[in-house]
Amino acid sequence: MSTKGVLEREPLSSRARGEARAWVAQRVSAAVLALCVLVHLVTMIVAVRNGLSADAILDRTRGNLAWAAFYSVFVLAVGVHAPLGLRVVAAEWLQWRGRSADIACVAIGLALIALGARAVAAVAL
Amino acid sequence: MRSGWANRGHPAFWAFVVHRISGVLLALFLPLHFLALSQAIAGAGALDAFLAWTRNPWVSASEVAVVFLLAAHFTGGLRLLAIEFIGWKVESQKALLALAGGGAVFFALLFALNLV
Repeated sequence: MSTKGVLEREPLSSRARGEARAWVAQRVSAAVLALCVLVHLVTMIVAVRNGLSADAILDRTRGNLAWAAFYSVFVLAVGVHAPLGLRVVAAEWLQWRGRSADIACVAIGLALIALGARAVAAVAL
Repeated sequence: MRSGWANRGHPAFWAFVVHRISGVLLALFLPLHFLALSQAIAGAGALDAFLAWTRNPWVSASEVAVVFLLAAHFTGGLRLLAIEFIGWKVESQKALLALAGGGAVFFALLFALNLV
């Protein structure tokens, strides 16, 4: 551990800064998802009580801006959180690191956001 | 410092394994979940056709399992956020593990009991 004061330490390399940003993004998205998942769990438990049907789901979500906004935030947070988590698993268990892993991470995030946005549009619009 | 399988006697090691495996499985499940919901683009009838398939007992059991994975990843994640941002207190660790595990089972059971 460095004994230098904060003003004396050498600046972080861009790779170290990138890793630090990924760490922060993972925790921030986790905090957002903590709220989203709690709401989602409660919603699911209530929704299945009377049997799940398309009408029951769509009556709640169709044309409802609040649900559309909620699920949009949910999808964005998942699009950040899931790929970053998979990136750590890939690094630790598959020894897959570096540029190609980062590109795969971004691609997975974009794919999740695209699929998620389509799902939100399907139930909310 | 010991790492990996050498720590299997420690309860927090199993919390790590559950958190990691649940995360990976949820990441694999999510695209299927989004595709299923997107059935609604073709109208309520298309979504209903899919939902009819989910009433198969094996599918229902899998749904309970997925809800458990979500709840476990959620409660385990809250435990990690507490450790990282509130701090590591030796005396709190067993309680945090018990809360995380119990919370996950609570949500999964509540879902299962409302499903049947």
